[in-house]
Amino acid sequence: MLTSIKDECAIVGIGMTEISKNSGRSELQLAAECVSAAIKDAGLKPHDIDGLTGFTLDHVDEIEVARTVGIPELKMMSRMPHGGGAPMSLVQQAVMAVSTGMCKAVVGYRAMNGRSGARYSEGVADGPETTDAISWGWYMPYGLLTPACWVAMHTQRYMHEYGATDEALAEIAVAQRDFASRNPNALFYGRPITMDDYYNAPYIVEPLKLYDCCIETDGGAAFVITSAERAKDLPHTPAMVRSAAQGAAFDQEVMTSFYRDCITTLPEYDLVAKQCYEQSGLGPDDLDAAIIYDAFTPIVLFQLESFGFCKHGEGHEWVKGGTLGPDGRLPTNTHGGLLSEGYIHGINGLAEGVRLIRGTSVNQPKKNIENVLVTSGASMPTSAIIIGK
Amino acid sequence: MMNPEEKKAFEKQIHAYIGKEFGPALVGQDDVNQAMVRQWCEVMGDANPAYTDTEWAATSSRGGTIAPPSMLHIWVMQGYPMAFIKPDDPPVDRQRELHQIFDKYGYKGVVATNCTTEFFTEAKPGDSIQSHSTFDTISDEKATGIGTGYFIETVTNFTNQDGEKLGRMVFRVLKFIPTAQPAAAEESSGGAMSKDPTRLAPALGHDNKWWWDAVNNDDKVLIQRCKSCETLRHPPRPMCHKCQSLEWDSIESTMDGTVNSFCVICYPEIPGYSYPLVGAVIELAEGTRLVSNVVDVDPDDMVIGMKVKGTVEQVDEVTKLPQFRPVKS
Ligand SMILES: [Zn+2]
Repeated sequence: MLTSIKDECAIVGIGMTEISKNSGRSELQLAAECVSAAIKDAGLKPHDIDGLTGFTLDHVDEIEVARTVGIPELKMMSRMPHGGGAPMSLVQQAVMAVSTGMCKAVVGYRAMNGRSGARYSEGVADGPETTDAISWGWYMPYGLLTPACWVAMHTQRYMHEYGATDEALAEIAVAQRDFASRNPNALFYGRPITMDDYYNAPYIVEPLKLYDCCIETDGGAAFVITSAERAKDLPHTPAMVRSAAQGAAFDQEVMTSFYRDCITTLPEYDLVAKQCYEQSGLGPDDLDAAIIYDAFTPIVLFQLESFGFCKHGEGHEWVKGGTLGPDGRLPTNTHGGLLSEGYIHGINGLAEGVRLIRGTSVNQPKKNIENVLVTSGASMPTSAIIIGK
Repeated sequence: MMNPEEKKAFEKQIHAYIGKEFGPALVGQDDVNQAMVRQWCEVMGDANPAYTDTEWAATSSRGGTIAPPSMLHIWVMQGYPMAFIKPDDPPVDRQRELHQIFDKYGYKGVVATNCTTEFFTEAKPGDSIQSHSTFDTISDEKATGIGTGYFIETVTNFTNQDGEKLGRMVFRVLKFIPTAQPAAAEESSGGAMSKDPTRLAPALGHDNKWWWDAVNNDDKVLIQRCKSCETLRHPPRPMCHKCQSLEWDSIESTMDGTVNSFCVICYPEIPGYSYPLVGAVIELAEGTRLVSNVVDVDPDDMVIGMKVKGTVEQVDEVTKLPQFRPVKS
């Protein structure tokens, strides 16, 4: 185990653009130029880089830098806060990632049109030209304005390629409302739904119906992590972190990765799953239950496939017959999930994962729960953990 | 573009307005009255009995109804004829005069950026409201997301017939050279006419403006091409992800396409769009993909693999977009 970062890492490349009062180009281009130059200076190629760290204040998203420069995979993305306080913390992020073996080479960057664009001296930032804002412009004019639209696009193609029907989606939608109906903290507490309810509900964005979509709620959720040593003296069964991984993959966009050859799989989740299994030495057979991010029912299928519970394109068959239910192979979202407990951005799911390890879920499966997978959002750069007893 | 001399003269001209009044005080055409208050409350959905229930209000600490404070500026508005003021009509006050100077130099866009109002005393039926406006500050030229321009901050004081101060409103607008959506940014005559809602416009920047310009000006859909290795890419980006070249040009798409995937958007219905609305990922003959709409099609007839043909068209008063239609076989 690593005990010190001393002499573990070195800065091996630097890159800069010119400095001017008006660069005449986008902040994305400035970022691409300096990142590309630093990689070249280091004698490396874009595919040698697997981590990016930047500023929360930067208008240029790391996945835009990756797509633009041609960095195919990212295993670590970080944004550091507090403006001028951030720069050396980027070095710290990179050293942590590299010295622990999470990444092989990390680039830190900052790009800004700080004179010709939004100036700090103005005190007002009126719609800065962020890469994020530019990206949404490819969808908004056409009316693709909500996550349901973007997920529907992937789902339609998935159904087409693999012969999936809304039967699989109904299975997930109904199973999770069933869990929620017994969870006093869930919005769907005491309100199970039937298959008929599912099919009779209106489309939100075809092929997604009302009960394929999560609910919107207020609330908070949090967790505490400490060392395994310290955890021994604390009251609860600790949920040991077996692995923790992040990932962005080639041609990544946020929710709209429509430009990859195949739009029915989640390469970023393949990457996260690979790391989770490598770090933990576990495989899908070792996972006893799961909290799968379920903003929409179809993304549950995509994630189950990435984590190897079944092959790509087979999730819609695999979930049928109660696989995800209380007595199934993989009890999933036993709290009701984002679909029916509440939408606290997945941290409520993490809490349920910990309950499953402790044995305190209101829907605690009868079988022994040794390891639980907990995932994050799908169709975007994402992350997941495996926790266990 | 102005040369430095012209710019200096222009700025001197506009900055001379700082501290000046718009003109004589405006006096409300009607006194504060119950009928107007009732209509406003109906439209706003404000059921506060202090505004409309004379019986209840008689027993309140005010001893009668009061006008909603946020109606304050409404009492002095110039009414419906404002809608028919044309951009180059003789200015009705110094504010129009100043805006016309900006217009003349290309700063034709106007957008309200901030409005804060302080309320001191309530207006009640029978009061006659007056307003008195001055130019408080005019900024130096600023680059913003929607264009380069100047922030103009005005202060309006409201009083009643006894000279009692009712409120003070600080209003800030940006007069700017529109870079983004010329039609949407044009100052509508008087600013009072409401237009039909239009589709949301894309944010424009260095890396995508040329693409939207080709749509808007030439009715063309372009595909970015690396000058060094000729790889096509969409959406546009400043660097080739294959060879890291910054040099690029573009080719015009034939707009022959195949539906790779689609969705039928039903809910929520956003103003400016009609539903059900078909969104689609189109695989263009050139090999890149474009997200767009398929129109003139029954959503039930949509299938993956459908051949489509696209054109750039005017989809509403201000928006041009590539739109696709099924190819009849
Ligand atoms: Zn190239």
